[in-house]
Amino acid sequence: MSIIDTLLNDFFWRALIGGLGVALIAGPLGCFVVWRRMAYFGDTLAHSALLGIALSFLISVPLNVGVIITCVVIALVLVAFSRTRALATDTLLGILAHSALAIGLVTLSFMPDVRVDLTGLLFGDLLAMSRDDLLWIYGGAVVILALLVTLWQGLLMSTIHEELARVEGFPVERLRLVLMLMFSLVIAVAMKIVGVLLITALLIIPAASARRLARTPEHMVGLAMVFGFVAVSGGLALSWHLDTPAGPSVVVTAFLAFLVTYSTTARTAA
Amino acid sequence: MTDPLVTLDNLTVRFDDRPAVDRVNLSVHRGDIITIIGPNGAGKTTLIKALLGLQPVTSGKVQRATGLVIGYVPQNLQMEATLPLSVKRFMALSGRRRSECLKALARTGIEHLANASVHHLSGGEKQRLLLARALARKPDLLVLDEPAQGVDINGQAALYDLIRELRDELRCGVLMISHDLHLVMAATDKVICLNQHVCCSGFPADISHDPAFIDTFGRSVAESVAVYHHHHNHRHNLHGDVVPGQSSSADTHGDSCDHVHH
Repeated sequence: MSIIDTLLNDFFWRALIGGLGVALIAGPLGCFVVWRRMAYFGDTLAHSALLGIALSFLISVPLNVGVIITCVVIALVLVAFSRTRALATDTLLGILAHSALAIGLVTLSFMPDVRVDLTGLLFGDLLAMSRDDLLWIYGGAVVILALLVTLWQGLLMSTIHEELARVEGFPVERLRLVLMLMFSLVIAVAMKIVGVLLITALLIIPAASARRLARTPEHMVGLAMVFGFVAVSGGLALSWHLDTPAGPSVVVTAFLAFLVTYSTTARTAA
Repeated sequence: MTDPLVTLDNLTVRFDDRPAVDRVNLSVHRGDIITIIGPNGAGKTTLIKALLGLQPVTSGKVQRATGLVIGYVPQNLQMEATLPLSVKRFMALSGRRRSECLKALARTGIEHLANASVHHLSGGEKQRLLLARALARKPDLLVLDEPAQGVDINGQAALYDLIRELRDELRCGVLMISHDLHLVMAATDKVICLNQHVCCSGFPADISHDPAFIDTFGRSVAESVAVYHHHHNHRHNLHGDVVPGQSSSADTHGDSCDHVHH
């Protein structure tokens, strides 16, 4: 118990434990982002997290709660709007992503009493990881992993072929909503480590590296987790020793791992 | 006659006030092979999507028999190359037992590809995989959207033969969309010519003489199909023996066939 306590009292270990927890859920969700071509969508949700932060200060609720709620609302708006087909999806995403980010920044500037570390929010902060954050991360990880295991067959099938999944009786719409909810949750908890601007990178890069080596969907998820671990530990070590910002260091490590994987392996048969 | 597997009752689907499917009545029974033909934009795919519950219906009704298991073969299997997936795994996702999945693969002649990646299949192999997947579900009704797409001519004839055999083995109903008029005419029991509404329907041998069919496809196509049938007024059974052809007049003719153009 005392060892764990000592570890949790050290901010570096707190950041590392938190980062590994984030990698654990960013792996599988990142695979879905890659499989369903939702990279820009993830980016939009991440950007809207800043709006969530501003709103949390405004109505004084915990940051994580405000971020989750804002992300869910934005996700629902996106789904509803993309159905009307008034605008191309990427245009719509571009509008919402940057508007949400801008509104968040403008709102924060109206609150001079609130001291926020903007750089920390945008790019992650090694020092910011509290014990409460760890609870959020691992609580969120348990919920997300439980949902993924339970709904795996349906999520996979509706990703492979939505209409086939629907004819075979999978609740495709509900599964999509659950997936959005999980994205919102992972953004809320990953924000502390890599910052809102770089969350999508932590989702996509490990999954893309894993694709090169994987033969089954589950294999790819497992490898994406491993690549996530590598990125987080490498990035935090870099940040610790060279005093570089945490988020960018994690992403740089993920990118290096990606480059090494792609240059040393041939395309797999699967 | 047994109860129909699925019945469309005055089914209408509109997109922005333009009817894509206009007051279509249709029922599919066990043992039927019904092929929907029609020009591009005739609403063929919309019709079967409405039947499958994938497309909201504007008015009219789709009635499916209770507990109906549908095997659906979509138009083409465009899969995300970032998702590593083997043929075996894709089959297993049907939720059926391994032995049944392998049997279905063997039945469609691609058991040797069980360990291959789905991303490396040819057009014909993909269609057979989709058919095997539908088959593993032991469907009461098989719905196929242009099953022969991307399949060469020899493969097409073999594929339609296979569909007929499966109908006999599973005692299921078959509803499909096809563009290959000649093959359709040879391989199907009943043809429905769709152009938003049902232009005409009936046995293949007779429908090519139907004025509505000639209107829809043009005289040259209708004649080429008719000529084809003149030379092939018999059928082969599964062993290749000649069996007497069916002769009967087109059994229905859409009564809304006045072809008013807006």
